[in-house]
Amino acid sequence: MSDPVLSCRSVRKVFGSRVVLDGLDLDVAEHEVVALIGASGSGKSTLLRCVNLLEPVDDGSVRLDGEDITAPRVNPDLVRRRIGIVFQSYNLFPHLTVLKNVTLAPVRVHRRARADAESSAMALLTRVGLGDYAGAYPDRLSGGQQQRVAIVRALVNAPRLLLLDEVTSALDPELVGEVLAMIRDLKRDGMTMVLATHEMGFAREVADRVCFLDAGRILEQGPPASVLDDPRNPRTRQFLGRLAL
Amino acid sequence: MTTYTVSEVQQERIAFRRKQTVRSVLVAAASTAVLGIVLVVAVTGAPGWDRVKDSFFDLATAREALPAVLRGLWLNVRLLVICTIGAMALGLAVAWARTLRGPVFFPVRALATGYTYGFRGMPLIIVLYLFTFGIPGLRLQGTPSVFWLGAAALIVTYAGYLAEVFRAGIESVHPSQVAAARSLGLTYRQTMRHVVLPQAVRRVAPPLLNDTVALQKDVGLVSLAGLVDGVRAAQIATAQTFNFTPYVLAGVLFVLMAAPLIAVTDWVTLRAARRQGSR
Repeated sequence: MSDPVLSCRSVRKVFGSRVVLDGLDLDVAEHEVVALIGASGSGKSTLLRCVNLLEPVDDGSVRLDGEDITAPRVNPDLVRRRIGIVFQSYNLFPHLTVLKNVTLAPVRVHRRARADAESSAMALLTRVGLGDYAGAYPDRLSGGQQQRVAIVRALVNAPRLLLLDEVTSALDPELVGEVLAMIRDLKRDGMTMVLATHEMGFAREVADRVCFLDAGRILEQGPPASVLDDPRNPRTRQFLGRLAL
Repeated sequence: MTTYTVSEVQQERIAFRRKQTVRSVLVAAASTAVLGIVLVVAVTGAPGWDRVKDSFFDLATAREALPAVLRGLWLNVRLLVICTIGAMALGLAVAWARTLRGPVFFPVRALATGYTYGFRGMPLIIVLYLFTFGIPGLRLQGTPSVFWLGAAALIVTYAGYLAEVFRAGIESVHPSQVAAARSLGLTYRQTMRHVVLPQAVRRVAPPLLNDTVALQKDVGLVSLAGLVDGVRAAQIATAQTFNFTPYVLAGVLFVLMAAPLIAVTDWVTLRAARRQGSR
């Protein structure tokens, strides 16, 4: 097997006296989709934010394609160009149109010509059915449309790794489907993804591997069928049992 | 498709609301009329009204003073335009300087912080005296005219306030916006320039305009340095005629001049409130 795209070793993160990540290990192979499940506060979002260097780790290391991105002299801006992240609350820029939201990073960070950036942005937007909204401001879009724009905004930079942080949690059930369909397409295209989610059905369908996080550690991991249907760990069983109710 | 017909209950509601509207308009008109009459009777019925009318509301005096007062007001207008642009630019620069990070910028940050402390605390009149009398006192070559020195004094003072308004705007932009921008690979500076500042400036437009209305009146203080603004022109006219009408004239003209700016401020505030509500 080739080297993992992402490799977390003994990652520790502390907020005040609260240990959020407690020596967590995780490898993600190329084209692999890993779903992180677990209760709120189990460290799913924090792990994603640490991988994207939005939060500095307090110990351990994170490697991207073998390069230690948590080393002292690494420029986080250069690392973030290679990792896309999508947030629960979309975080689109309200003062920019959909097209400008998507082309901001290609033009300013990747120094692509505006016309070139706009044509690839339009191609992606059209592909997810949002071509007609390119000139609209985010507040005119539904939550599901905004979230799809946010995914396009991350994708247009051709990231090596895509992090999805509970991207459907702020959406009502009718809008969840359109976002999940988009992620399904990304998997088909071979995008390497780590997604924190509460949608067990979706984790089962799209993930190659499910990791159950509890108190900042991965308690159990494996193919969706084994973790979700036949959990070994009592904590996993308890968590999944509550969801079934 | 069938056309929608309004139900009877809804028709009743509409009729009731219409009646209520008519009633409130009538009540408002009546109470305004009563207040107006009371005011007019109280003022014109006062024992000294005839004297006051002659010395404050004399049309002939007003006509005579008008050209001088207008000339003075032209100075106010020019100063207002120059100082508004200057103070906003300087204020934004100072606010920006206060957000700079990294040890290299410590002196810039400290200077900017000291600036907002100093010039917000210092009375404007003292700054004006220092600039318009102190600087020429140095007898340097190429010292600008009193007009420009006065403008500079107003700019540095108002920039202190505007910098804080801008800073409040910068701080009001949610951290998740910064996180989103940084996650795309934008540097801190690019994030400020393309994501934070545009949102911040839009958000603080109403208070900025409000400070401009205040500036409109304060520019007249350059008359302390010998320039003749609208109010000083009125004062001179009053001193010549022993009649206070020129003051009233200048006051009315100031209000007329401020009205459009205040209307714009209200409109911008309303629009901002609506935008926020629609989110």
